[in-house]
Amino acid sequence: MNIPLTIKETQDGLKSKKFSAVELVDAYFSQIKKYNDEYNIFLTLTEDSAYKKAKEADKILSNKDIEILSEKPLIGVTASYKDIFLTKGVRTTAGSNILNNFIPPYSATSVLKMENAGAITIGKANCDAFAHGASGENSDYKATLNPWNKSYVPGGSSSGSAASVSANMSLVSLGSDTGGSVRQPASFCNLVGLKPTYGAISRYGVIAMSSSLDTVGTFAHTIDDIEIIFDVLRGQDGFDGNVIDFEKKSFDKNSKIKLGVAKEYFGKGLDSEVEGKIEEAIKIYERLGVEIVEVSLPHTKYGVSVYYIIQPAEVSSNLGRFDGIRYGNDRSFFGDEAKRRIMLGSYVLSAGYYDAYYEKALKVRTKMVEDFNRVFSHVDAIISPVSPSTPFKLGENASNPLKMYLEDVYTTTANIVGIPGLSVPFGFSKNELPIGFQLLGPRFSEHRLFEIGRMFHKEINYKPRVAL
Amino acid sequence: MIYTPIIGLEIHIEPNTKSKMFCACPQDHFGKKPNSQTCPICLGLPGSLPFTNREAINKTIKLGLALGSKISEFSKFYRKHYFYPDLPKGFQTSQKDEVLCLGGSLFGKRINHIHLEEDAGKLMHVNNQSLVDFNRSGCALIELVTEPDFHSTDEVLAFTKELQLIARYLDISNADMEKGTMRLEANISMLNAKNSNAKLPDYKVELKNINSFKFLEKAINAEIVRQESELSKGRKIIQETRGYDENKKTTFSQRVKEGSEDYRYFPEADLPPIEIGELKIKNLKLKIPELPQAKRERFQDIYKLSKDYIEILVSDLNRANYFEDVIANGMKQPRLRSLHSLHSFAMTVANLMINKHLDTDYPEPAGLARKIIELEDRSYESAENTEEAVRQVLQTNPEIIKKYQNGQTQVLSFLIGQVQKILRGSGNPKLIGDLLKSKLEK
Repeated sequence: MNIPLTIKETQDGLKSKKFSAVELVDAYFSQIKKYNDEYNIFLTLTEDSAYKKAKEADKILSNKDIEILSEKPLIGVTASYKDIFLTKGVRTTAGSNILNNFIPPYSATSVLKMENAGAITIGKANCDAFAHGASGENSDYKATLNPWNKSYVPGGSSSGSAASVSANMSLVSLGSDTGGSVRQPASFCNLVGLKPTYGAISRYGVIAMSSSLDTVGTFAHTIDDIEIIFDVLRGQDGFDGNVIDFEKKSFDKNSKIKLGVAKEYFGKGLDSEVEGKIEEAIKIYERLGVEIVEVSLPHTKYGVSVYYIIQPAEVSSNLGRFDGIRYGNDRSFFGDEAKRRIMLGSYVLSAGYYDAYYEKALKVRTKMVEDFNRVFSHVDAIISPVSPSTPFKLGENASNPLKMYLEDVYTTTANIVGIPGLSVPFGFSKNELPIGFQLLGPRFSEHRLFEIGRMFHKEINYKPRVAL
Repeated sequence: MIYTPIIGLEIHIEPNTKSKMFCACPQDHFGKKPNSQTCPICLGLPGSLPFTNREAINKTIKLGLALGSKISEFSKFYRKHYFYPDLPKGFQTSQKDEVLCLGGSLFGKRINHIHLEEDAGKLMHVNNQSLVDFNRSGCALIELVTEPDFHSTDEVLAFTKELQLIARYLDISNADMEKGTMRLEANISMLNAKNSNAKLPDYKVELKNINSFKFLEKAINAEIVRQESELSKGRKIIQETRGYDENKKTTFSQRVKEGSEDYRYFPEADLPPIEIGELKIKNLKLKIPELPQAKRERFQDIYKLSKDYIEILVSDLNRANYFEDVIANGMKQPRLRSLHSLHSFAMTVANLMINKHLDTDYPEPAGLARKIIELEDRSYESAENTEEAVRQVLQTNPEIIKKYQNGQTQVLSFLIGQVQKILRGSGNPKLIGDLLKSKLEK
């Protein structure tokens, strides 16, 4: 069967009995069996529970009418989860050997919300260990290959999540975005990726990397699908004290949209092909009647520095629990990147250095928030590159951690400031590798970003494509 | 003695909240089956997040208000890092800057601050094995830190006993040392009185694991003696943590601290800052009941009871309330009003409660009031015999009479007691009082 690439097509097919949910799951697993060994996308498959859930879906669909969609908006939708999402009874490794035998006794809120909405869990996706990385190469379970070209990385750290969707092994996937780990792999794999506002979706049950920056992100082929999942996941769960409930804001469709272009985002270090693609996108927006406004975010240049102080500091704290007493394996099972961040983080938090590093980084963070508040007082969103380049080759940056850190230059600011970012796919480079751009908006402006992204996709007549 | 003890206290109080500090597990862990009250949050499992218990915050603020602390409008939690098998996350969620309550005092001893944190689990060492019980892990814990204002064990005892009483009055904790709901650490050093320039000694010894008032007294005394003897031999005292050995009646070294430990504190991002508005503080203030010291003073003013009686009643809020309920009930009854003044009735009630434990026999205050009527009706001595006894007492106590006439009217209770002695306690206290007064004031 031809696997549909959107939630609507999937559910239309199920409702019209073009195929059953069991047949759908068959199709995904046959794709997985064909390619997974080669591409290292899934670490654990949940075949039994997937079939059980598919049978349930078929039963529900045969009994009930279309009304079911308001109750179960994700019925029949296959989902994979980055292996830092806890899944009750199903091994969760965080991509690290230190947890290679960890079977969690509870599930993440987002996993439960997906399953309650009818989603079928396919399996747990590979990732950089503890989400440390921008290429997937820091996984202790071999690097995931980019389904569009296996000499290239799929991006990271949600490498397997992105690859699973673009390899047609799952319709949607959840990842986490702490400094770009959803938006960058989405861009490298020709997918839509959302990093939500900090505090929109509960982080409960997602293994923490950096507590003030972590967000639960989503991968899908279309913005419509991202919106459906976002609406399923957002809101309080009584476990994440930073989450607030918010109303979907409607906005006047006739009002002129203003899109900011930050001059700091263009210049040295940006690949010319990527830059050209963004300029093309800006032209398309202008054609659509969007007003393009040049804006300035002067503290952007400190973004990566601030990120690489706050993030390792919080990492060093969050990884403290893997002290060798519980979870089976001792600290020697940590990979190099985790050790590097534990050392960096412990250093910047230690007495005598705290004020010079962590405290100062928090002050710059406040300045960056002010930058964005000022800009968002007169534009609806900002358009920016996601990554300074198209996907790079496996091994290309692996021996140079500093260069790898610079991969995050366009993405970390959204995490530092806590705002949403939507990675929008926009075609391919000359050597057939995906390129995208991102839209950044004020806190809790996700629905607005969806509108702005959708009008673009409509204009270019975007069609979802899978690599395999 | 050329050395003055300088003592500062760190007192931990487990509040009697329903649930732990950051999860829904029960707070009360005393005597529960090990590891039967845990969840992913208090076990610090990967992916778990804390969620603030508002009740614990309110109880901490109440303690702060009772002790005259300044309540912060904006307060934050911090992560305090150290490795220990009973600390499942590798850090303790505690407070550092922007704590809930700043300053305050009790019995003239200054309080530095009061903050809220989570407790660790408990380690047990059995047959060469170390076991961890996480029932206590994540329990809410209030920490009160004093300034080094104490100079004797008695001062420490008085302060901690009063703090315990206040916690009970506020209904924030039973503060039982034996059950571990109140725990004490004392930082002790000795100041050479000759060296009057130095405000504080340049070392301190932390005395830990003190789990009863009796222990507290012995342990601090033993440590003072040890330090004095070391110093008088010209030795330098090592900065360290010490425990108390009940058998040897001495303190012993547990851990030597070199410099200050680096806990790598930073703000806990998983918890939003706590904002405490004026209205909330106002509402919590309204919930602060009359505190022990105010009650002592009122009992003295209104009932004119002896210090000992007041202390016995005030030290148990239930008994103090019962006492006042009996008074209120009894003073509504004409029969008792005809026999008693407020003072003599209060004396009667207190006496029956304290010496005859009649409050245990009559759990209802009205029951005891009825019992008193019964006792009085049955057994009062005749007016004639009473007058005779009063005459005898006045004759044999000219000194006391002088005192009374010089304004020391509290000797009246003594005289009433003397009359009752002659009457073997069967005199009508009101009648005796009236007779004495009329004679004395002639």
